[in-house]
Amino acid sequence: MCTVCGCSKGNVKIEGRAPGGVKFPYRSHHAHAHEHDHSHDHDHDQHHAHPAAATVAEHQPALSQQAGGAALHYGQGAAHAHAPGLSQARMVKIEQDILSKNDGYAAQNRQWLRDRGIFALNLVSSPGSGKTSLLAETIRQLGHDTLVYVVEGDQQTSNDAERIRAAGAPAIQINTGKGCHLDAHMVGQALEQLNPADDSLLLIENVGNLVCPAAFDLGEAHKVAILSVTEGEDKPLKYPDMFAAADVMLLTKIDLLRHLDFDVDVCIANARRVNPKIKVLQLSSKSGDGMDLWIDWLLLEMNDAQLVKQREVARLRQQIAALEQQLQERS
Amino acid sequence: MHEMSLAEGIVQLLEDQAKAQDFSRVKQVWLSIGELAGVEAEALEFCLDVVSRDTLADGARFHFVRQPGTGWCLACSQSVAIHARFDACPLCGKHQVQVTGGDEMRVSELEVE
Repeated sequence: MCTVCGCSKGNVKIEGRAPGGVKFPYRSHHAHAHEHDHSHDHDHDQHHAHPAAATVAEHQPALSQQAGGAALHYGQGAAHAHAPGLSQARMVKIEQDILSKNDGYAAQNRQWLRDRGIFALNLVSSPGSGKTSLLAETIRQLGHDTLVYVVEGDQQTSNDAERIRAAGAPAIQINTGKGCHLDAHMVGQALEQLNPADDSLLLIENVGNLVCPAAFDLGEAHKVAILSVTEGEDKPLKYPDMFAAADVMLLTKIDLLRHLDFDVDVCIANARRVNPKIKVLQLSSKSGDGMDLWIDWLLLEMNDAQLVKQREVARLRQQIAALEQQLQERS
Repeated sequence: MHEMSLAEGIVQLLEDQAKAQDFSRVKQVWLSIGELAGVEAEALEFCLDVVSRDTLADGARFHFVRQPGTGWCLACSQSVAIHARFDACPLCGKHQVQVTGGDEMRVSELEVE
């Protein structure tokens, strides 16, 4: 493990095994295994000690004639640069979204799922809100007629995946190691292994964390924020990014309401303050209250996803027919 | 602490751009971070320092350009300034404001060689 940042290569594990491919090729300080596309033959000790001017002087001896170091200051823009002809410093405007890499993988996942008529949800919540229990009960209630697949994200252990398998659905565990969220690349790799059937339901249980998973699109149809009534009514205000990113809020453990001072209306009003369009369902996986509405909603959305696939298939068939028609006319 | 992932994303983005635009060192980076993006600039700066070591951005200076949060108030039908996602409209006091800007995280400009 890297003692500086705590991260380490191979920390991410899918079903206990390191996934194939290099996810962080730029993490050269861990492995020193990849080739740089720039020359990098400096002395490492000096390099670490002098992050700024001295490094450049070593990289480009020609510049060292300017000496004094002052002329090599990073704080000065290209316009103030060194002797003409010696430096190729230039400004590049890129305007790229920082999450564009993740969003690219997410778009691939979304297309992959769409092509197969699979309806995918990204379930997010604090630890202990009852995500896994809800999933297990959902799988039981959907029964054998509905194919459900589960991707489980946790920092460590495969306990949750085992609970889901016991409930009767194929599941794959992603251990994020030090990571605080799932990203689209991990989910894409998990999908390859899990290989969910066409027209099925995919439930992705994110790492229990109401902060980080908000920023990472996995390719799901909707983020579903799960809030149990044993938490505070003001949680949507405390963690607004998550409730803003979610399309649906599930208020769970409502069988406990009679023991608590939890005000459901205030909680829903708080969620709507952050996200006026959020859909709210109240349920208890233990008593079964409200589960029917949740199951109905799932089946309805799955049906929509299947229709999208069927329409696309029909459209492609029409295209093929039209092309064959053209071909016949020519021959 | 997803700032670490964001920092990794930024360095990866720089590596990709280096191939596409043919440069080998990044000296300065201007990041455009919205007020509502949920990112702590200080934490991100710390992570960037760690993640960029021994990469093409080793020692690069990162500048943070904070973008103000803006929203569209459904009640007033106009654009208003907000500082948090759940802020009430500063004009009418109602909570019917939809975020329209200030939630972006972008790498906007680089000085490279």
